[in-house]
Amino acid sequence: MNFTSDTSIDIASAVNRATAPTAEPKLKVEGLNFYYGENHALKNIHFDIPEKRVTAMIGPSGCGKSTLLRIFNRMYQLYPGQRAEGKILFDGTDLLSKELDSTVVRSRIGMVFQKPTPFPMSIYDNIAFGVKLHEKLNKAQMDERVEWCLRKAAIWEETKDRLHTSALGMSGGQQQRLCIARTIAVRPEVILLDEPTSALDPISTSKIEDLIDELKQEFTIVIVTHNMQQAARCADITSFFYLGEMIEVGPSAEIFTNPREARTRDYITGRFG
Amino acid sequence: MSSLARRRATDYTVKVISVAFAAFALLLLAWILWTLVVRGLPAIGPHVFTRITLPPGAGGGLLNAIVGSLIQIGIALVIGTPIGLMCGTFLAEHGKTTPVGNAVRFVNDVLLSAPSILIGLFVYQLLVMPFGGFSGWAGAAALAVIIIPVVVRTTEDMLNLVPIGLREAAFALGAPQWKVVTLITWRAARAGIVTGILLAIARAAGETAPLLFTSLGNNGWSLDMNAPMASLPIAIYQYAASPFEDWVALAWAGALLITVGVLTLNILSRLVLAKMK
Repeated sequence: MNFTSDTSIDIASAVNRATAPTAEPKLKVEGLNFYYGENHALKNIHFDIPEKRVTAMIGPSGCGKSTLLRIFNRMYQLYPGQRAEGKILFDGTDLLSKELDSTVVRSRIGMVFQKPTPFPMSIYDNIAFGVKLHEKLNKAQMDERVEWCLRKAAIWEETKDRLHTSALGMSGGQQQRLCIARTIAVRPEVILLDEPTSALDPISTSKIEDLIDELKQEFTIVIVTHNMQQAARCADITSFFYLGEMIEVGPSAEIFTNPREARTRDYITGRFG
Repeated sequence: MSSLARRRATDYTVKVISVAFAAFALLLLAWILWTLVVRGLPAIGPHVFTRITLPPGAGGGLLNAIVGSLIQIGIALVIGTPIGLMCGTFLAEHGKTTPVGNAVRFVNDVLLSAPSILIGLFVYQLLVMPFGGFSGWAGAAALAVIIIPVVVRTTEDMLNLVPIGLREAAFALGAPQWKVVTLITWRAARAGIVTGILLAIARAAGETAPLLFTSLGNNGWSLDMNAPMASLPIAIYQYAASPFEDWVALAWAGALLITVGVLTLNILSRLVLAKMK
């Protein structure tokens, strides 16, 4: 099969159909290039991420998908030698602008990592830590916020009797849901998930996938995953990255059943990666 | 001989040699401890803790030396711990690969293995000569210089053990760097940092050379930081070199006290670390 460049129009209209309820994308990546020192890791990325949808990024290791995720909340700025060029519009503001404070960006665009990272403190304090950074709440309000986010992360029933015990005593799956709860507690608009289930067992994984489905009612979700079934199950939109380029993006159903690009097809059928 | 048999024989030989040398080292240590207990224990009595230095035969004790040591170590700790902690934090969190960080780390490593008599001479030039005499302050300052590099090194090592992911998770919630360091990484590494401080105390407690040129020692009862001050290591040095039997016995008693103290600190630090895990 041959694919010509005019198929991009079809992609655009397909994305528009999938994201019809919200016309303006929550995150709009425009001509983004990213460098690790000399290494050109992301090449001229254009990418719209719709609001209150789950957008997945898939691709083989080293393709740049996690790199892109870490640009959205400016984690890359922690490391000298990493730099981004181009624009990422977040509700119209350029995320890469130097005037914008990183702590503000991160409070509005939260992130959950591959490995659960509970802080060495109680479950309650794990959540209160992030909230206290941005808001002054009294005890009753904080109690309420803790319960609210634990319920949202579907872990309230398991933790309500042990809120003041160490979070390190929880199972890996519980720790990861606590990390999601902790991220939600700050009330971000976007939640970035960096392979959130790759360190978890299948039952914990399915709980987190159910959770993602729930959360997209209120949050814009971007997920990086190595698990293509997971992308197919959870994501409304899927994008395929390869060697620092975004090869293809579209509604998950189309990407996984009828990809336009040969490289996408080869990857999802397991021919490389 | 088959290759397997030869490998077994080599394995056995190396094992025997290693065990023999380990046993030799342990034997020396046990010998020292045994001598210390045999000579020191009989010399310990209430007078050691209640009386100060008295003329030979008068039944003197180590009270002034014990109190002097505690005061000087206490002040050294107050000076040295914050400096060591902040410096170690700088090396692990801010200056990891910067030229300044590398220079500081190198100097600290040199300081860590510098002969302690040099530290005594340094403080002598800095605090004793200009201010006209030996003093408790100078002794405390010399001990602080002993403590700082130990605390710097353990703090840096312990902070480096904290996973990057934990820091990133805190940054990802929108925390500024100082809060990440003080509320998350210090907290995660606190048992290790406390261990480093305990080991630094143990190291300072046994040092004689830095005190020789700084607080000098004092046979009388004195809490005046501006005057020469007694300390256990100096008292041991002084008593052990004397020809009087009861003074020599006091030296053994003092040596046993320091050893028990250092041993206790070491065990305590191991317990703290075990609790962290």
